[in-house]
Amino acid sequence: MPGFTTLFYKELLRFWKVSFQTILAPMLTALLYLLIFSHVLEEQVQVYDGVSYTAFLVPGLAMMTVLQNAFANSSSSLIQSKITGNIIFILLPPLSHGEFFLAYILASIVRGLVVGLGVFAMTLWFVAVPLKYPLWVLLFAFLGSGILGALGIIAGIWADKFDQLAAFQNFIIIPLTFLSGVFYSIHSLPQFWQAASHFNPFFYMIDGFRYGFFGISDVAPGLSIAVVASSFLALSLFTLWLLKIGYKLRY
Amino acid sequence: MVSVMTPAIQIREVNKSFGAVQALRNVSLEIAQGEFFALLGPNGAGKTTLINILAGLSRADHGKLAVMGFDVASQYREARRALGVVPQELVFDPFFTVRETLTIQSGYYGVKNNRGWIDEVIHHLDLADKADTNMRALSGGMKRRVLVAQALMHKPPVIVLDEPTAGVDVELRQALWQFIRKLNADGHTIVLTTHYLEEAEALCGRIAMLKQGKIVALDTTKNLLESFSARRVKLRLSPDYLPDDLESMLLQRSESRYTLALSDFSVLEKVMSRLREAGIAVQEIELLQPDLEEVFMKIMSKH
Repeated sequence: MPGFTTLFYKELLRFWKVSFQTILAPMLTALLYLLIFSHVLEEQVQVYDGVSYTAFLVPGLAMMTVLQNAFANSSSSLIQSKITGNIIFILLPPLSHGEFFLAYILASIVRGLVVGLGVFAMTLWFVAVPLKYPLWVLLFAFLGSGILGALGIIAGIWADKFDQLAAFQNFIIIPLTFLSGVFYSIHSLPQFWQAASHFNPFFYMIDGFRYGFFGISDVAPGLSIAVVASSFLALSLFTLWLLKIGYKLRY
Repeated sequence: MVSVMTPAIQIREVNKSFGAVQALRNVSLEIAQGEFFALLGPNGAGKTTLINILAGLSRADHGKLAVMGFDVASQYREARRALGVVPQELVFDPFFTVRETLTIQSGYYGVKNNRGWIDEVIHHLDLADKADTNMRALSGGMKRRVLVAQALMHKPPVIVLDEPTAGVDVELRQALWQFIRKLNADGHTIVLTTHYLEEAEALCGRIAMLKQGKIVALDTTKNLLESFSARRVKLRLSPDYLPDDLESMLLQRSESRYTLALSDFSVLEKVMSRLREAGIAVQEIELLQPDLEEVFMKIMSKH
């Protein structure tokens, strides 16, 4: 699949060339969240026994950053290519829809993981966070960024202008991430919102990811992995189908 | 296996609509390997739509298209590998330099280690000074050259250029045509759309004219010029007078110059002897060659 390798490389090079914006800026944002929230809430909140609020916050923030950046990578690359017209450079060559999908989604995953790792490394200065099941952590980071990478492809293809993409991001992606338990355990929520959280797939991504660090979670990790893996599969199949029929790409 | 007899491009009964607008109506066309072919027509005639369908950027509602014998839908990988397209719009990826753009483009087609060919194309298109410059920093003409270079990265047997000289200065236009002529001489099939009819006339062996999605003329450039365009002669006479029996040939008179229509250039001899008989001296003579613009205007007004 030489076409895939090149498209994947091009997508990596694209975000690497603007790494201030694509890697360092989100790391700084996550750090600011950590400093402010932990300063204000460290003494007031303890979510799990024996886990400080700052430590609790780290995996959530890291995963939130992973997810948002994975989405931003594929969606912004595609909308820019569509609006500037250079999307034809990847529509003219003999790339299959599978190669197209894999290149964009893997580049999103790489960006998500790089930024997530950066956030995690920075927070080590402030708080020691245990890493009980590292493979579990990696699996959730991989699948979570894969889901958001796929959502980014869908949004990038669907949106005709930056405004529509911003709406997708601000009205769907950001609320779902913020309401997924990044900053709190859903057990601290009123009954209704606790129940509602169970319908948010982002909640399972964060909760399962956090389980990998502390060995404690709001729901059983088996349930989280089932929800996350099936969401990844369903979205991937849907994205592949959109690419196959050429939705909004080949008229 | 592509044989010599396989047409470079085969288009059969292609229809395409965008909502209520019918962009292509039953278009059929065959272009042989090695041809230099022009696709002409006014804006909105369907030229770009046809190219887009051929390149897989758009899909036909009905009909079949093949590049070097490969169906553009069912054998899209082979068909796209056989085709290089220079798009009409000046598009570029602002993240990369010229060399990066060309290396990436080669990779999409599975061409690895293409440095030698990249250097050659860069040299021919006079891009050597700009090879490591970011695409954003290039002028329009330079960006156009990069688009041509991109289309050539996988050495496609068929090259389609959609108005490659729109907004390009004379010098670059000349250089570009020289390079494309060379590619044609090397065996590449060239299909071109242009608004500069004198370019099509000078370069292309065969021409198709499209109007409102239909092919309204398809012939060799020579035949089109001969069948649709009159030969003319422009004369300045002394005394300033045209004998009565030549009046029937008069097309136009302005500022004491007479333009006469000739059914053939051999008729010119009769005109000259008639003028001699009448004691009229020819002070200036200008033979007007048939041109494609005239043919184009005639065909477009007929349909």
